[in-house]
Amino acid sequence: MMSLTEQIITIAICVLGTMTTRFLPFLVFSSKRPTPKYIQYLGKALPAAIFGMLVVYCLKNVSILSGSHGIPELIAIVTTAVLHLWRRQMLLSIAGGTVCYMLLVQLIF
Amino acid sequence: MQSRGLRMKAFRAAFPYTIPIFAGFWFLGLAYGIYMNVSGFSFLYPMLMSMTIFGGSLEFVAVTMLLSPFAPVQTFIMSLMIQARHLFYGIAMLDSFKGLGWKRAYLIFGMCDETFSINYTAKIPEGVDRGWFMFFVTLLNHFYWVFGATLGGILGSLIHFNTEGLDFVMTAMFVVIFLEQWLKERKHYTALIGIGAAVVCLAGFGADSFMIPTMLCILFGLTVFRTPIEKAGGFS
Repeated sequence: MMSLTEQIITIAICVLGTMTTRFLPFLVFSSKRPTPKYIQYLGKALPAAIFGMLVVYCLKNVSILSGSHGIPELIAIVTTAVLHLWRRQMLLSIAGGTVCYMLLVQLIF
Repeated sequence: MQSRGLRMKAFRAAFPYTIPIFAGFWFLGLAYGIYMNVSGFSFLYPMLMSMTIFGGSLEFVAVTMLLSPFAPVQTFIMSLMIQARHLFYGIAMLDSFKGLGWKRAYLIFGMCDETFSINYTAKIPEGVDRGWFMFFVTLLNHFYWVFGATLGGILGSLIHFNTEGLDFVMTAMFVVIFLEQWLKERKHYTALIGIGAAVVCLAGFGADSFMIPTMLCILFGLTVFRTPIEKAGGFS
């Protein structure tokens, strides 16, 4: 068991690690000098890739081969997407998809 | 008085965007607080950790770290690896955060996945101050998370309710944000590189260690295909 000091240091290191990743780009590319062209390009091209990556990240623990085979996730994602293409109302799409998923995992799967 | 009106207007514009986060963070924060409580920690731990680290996945891992022997170097490397994706968010927000004075530091501090996604994609209405809008999105999300974690830490194992599946709210939100981005683009090279890299690396490296390889693959793909991607343009 850690002492209180060791616990505080451990938590502080987690903060330091997190803040390093959040602040580093802003420290390296200061707002006084112009941002290099390649980094500007990355800044524009990355977000679409990031959002794709985050969708997969949310689903990383879904197992295709066992359990419910990712079927409730698939149905709920399709529901979210269809709702969104239909009404383009962010809150409606998210609420609809979530309620759909909760019903599926609580009542059916 | 004028600046107060400016802030109120920004708050009113920002709040609706954070409602899904409220649902998700309240629930995930609660789960995290309960987890800390049943692991034997006082509610002060989840409260202070959610306030200062403000990064969900690392906070869950930190519980295990706190219960293991003291290992500062390993802790630092782990936190860098888990949080590495934030480097990308910073690169994407370099210009957007320029000239926002003291708010800039807080916006960077509080830039978790969800806050970044909203601040990057939200259509900020005409006449609403950008700096204050992003400030309130960040502040509200931060507040929801600390609130949930503290509540979970206090109530702990007393809570029994059937919220199975509520955590899907975060997935649904990222699906919607992804879709919005997709509809804005003329070509989808970068979105496909992101999904493709993540799926391939998930299959190859497993759920616990696929993010760093995914990020490297994305950087590689975007660099190699820079000319066609820039030619296609169309990303906002």
